[in-house]
Amino acid sequence: MQFWLIQTLNSVAFGGLLFLLSSGFSLIFGLMRMPNLAHGAFFMLGAYFGATFINWGVNFWIAAILSGLVVGVLGIVLERGLLRKLAGNSQGQVLVTLGVSFIIADVCLMVWTGDPVPVPAPQWARPPIFFMGYAFPTYRLVVLAIAVVAAVLLYLLMERTRLGAMIRAGVDDMEMARGVGIRVSMLFMMVFMLGAALAGLGGTIGGPIMQAYPGLDADMLPLALVVVILGGVGSLMGALVGSFAVGFIYNFGTALFPDFAYVILFLPMVAVLVLMPEGLFAGARQ
Amino acid sequence: MSRSGIASILALIALAFVPFMMGDFFINLSSQVLCYALFAVSLNLLVGYGGMTSLGHAAYFGIAAYGVTWLHTVAGWDQLTSAIGAVAVATLSAAFFGVLALRASGLSFLMITLALGQIVWGMAYRWVGLTQGDNGMRFPVRPEPFGISINSATSFYYFSLIVFAVSVYFIWRVVNSPFGASLRGARDQPRRMRMLGHDVWMIRWAAFVMSGFWAAIAGLLFVYYQKFVSPYAVSLQQSAEVLLMTILGGATTLTGPMVGAVIVTLVKNLASTYVERWNALLGLIFVLSVVFMPTGLVPGFQKLLSRKKKPSAPAEEAPPPAHGHGHAATPASEHAS
Repeated sequence: MQFWLIQTLNSVAFGGLLFLLSSGFSLIFGLMRMPNLAHGAFFMLGAYFGATFINWGVNFWIAAILSGLVVGVLGIVLERGLLRKLAGNSQGQVLVTLGVSFIIADVCLMVWTGDPVPVPAPQWARPPIFFMGYAFPTYRLVVLAIAVVAAVLLYLLMERTRLGAMIRAGVDDMEMARGVGIRVSMLFMMVFMLGAALAGLGGTIGGPIMQAYPGLDADMLPLALVVVILGGVGSLMGALVGSFAVGFIYNFGTALFPDFAYVILFLPMVAVLVLMPEGLFAGARQ
Repeated sequence: MSRSGIASILALIALAFVPFMMGDFFINLSSQVLCYALFAVSLNLLVGYGGMTSLGHAAYFGIAAYGVTWLHTVAGWDQLTSAIGAVAVATLSAAFFGVLALRASGLSFLMITLALGQIVWGMAYRWVGLTQGDNGMRFPVRPEPFGISINSATSFYYFSLIVFAVSVYFIWRVVNSPFGASLRGARDQPRRMRMLGHDVWMIRWAAFVMSGFWAAIAGLLFVYYQKFVSPYAVSLQQSAEVLLMTILGGATTLTGPMVGAVIVTLVKNLASTYVERWNALLGLIFVLSVVFMPTGLVPGFQKLLSRKKKPSAPAEEAPPPAHGHGHAATPASEHAS
């Protein structure tokens, strides 16, 4: 029983992390029509930055926000410096993000060496909580809470603010959005920054669970891809449901059949591709 | 015989003299180049002629490499049967993955191929019972085709050259066949092709499967050369490297990917003697080549020559295929369904 409880909690916490990663990925894909293949690298960078800030004695939460900001700024640089130059050539943009992800991964290897860098959780969240005779890892509950807060904030941003309305308009019909005077290029930058910052934040917050290690980017990127294939492009709801679905499948797969975790991940993806190739929540596109 | 035919034969003769001019190090390097050139040409069936950019092409390359190793060393099949079995498995996976990936087009296609490729990588890396995980698998002895040993650098080079030449000849035939024309048609004008009664999906799927088949042949060459296969063979880096070769050289020509393979393999080998950071360099070349040479070297070179109005473009660079209408960089993004 303890096993199932813990694994369920782990799955939910991991799903929350995936949401931080893939909500930004999905919004960027929805608006800019390109998968940002540097997104896994952003996540990894967030984890490394978080570890470094905490080592400098910065409070965990401030470290998380700082690394989100730094990665967000990096996102702006990438969008303004490279992607903007390739506007209209979305394939070129994708390949550039791939190239950038290789560069980031190699620079991380150079700076932080090949050994995993642990990211310590905040003091108070380390001892488990006991409830009804079962032990619950506190930090995972905290991660879940953060993901829920992030989801609510993103929902409010998208549904209740002017910026959100503009983003939705851009996702639905870019030409028309331009036509009614929305500065779509400004939106691109903001969404790219937001997505990068969320990935960076997620990196630090996921750090105590996953550690920062070389290859973290390549482990996370496919998960974000599968989330978006399941949930559909540009849909926040899709990203949320997809994240928790993948969180459960991946976590239970790893726990029960360690050899096959990746293959099990593949099954729902195949099912969705065959039955609903646009994803489960593909309201956004046409 | 056409000018490009003569050029190809001259090029082949020149390649046949490589071992007389170089030491073992460069002969081995040339064998590697041939293997990657075939790999890149196979990907180019999809990217250049089909307008479908795949980031999971290492899957079929790696499945063949792992397959032949597993069948030969674990299941104990003989060399020829293992090779045939491995290519069959890789081609079947391409047929299956093709059905899935072609549910989408454009960049969603790219994303799905990437996800599928990573799943194969995950199997190679994590399914330790089958693949020995990160340690990789050794392929003890090279086969002896017709009883001829291909253990020395020179003999393996000739073996690679023959496989390469025969494969590229068949690919060239396909590209210049009516099927090749309809593949280019499906790339540029899918709607008109449908109007004309072509089954665009089937054309693309057939190209996907063929491309997987030739990648599998390259995968065999790879494992025969290395005598070793590790998850790197199915990694995203490997897929990205071969895509870089294709795009750097110029995806709308048959020679472009070969030129790209020469450049990337040389840079990789020479750079790795000086710096450890191949991945950063790979990323950098990627960014630079996309930003500054969107159509690739060979088409750029051809354009340069034709602009100078030279009567005969150098035949060596220009076998006839695919003029590509000059917008080959984004053929697939036009028709996201």
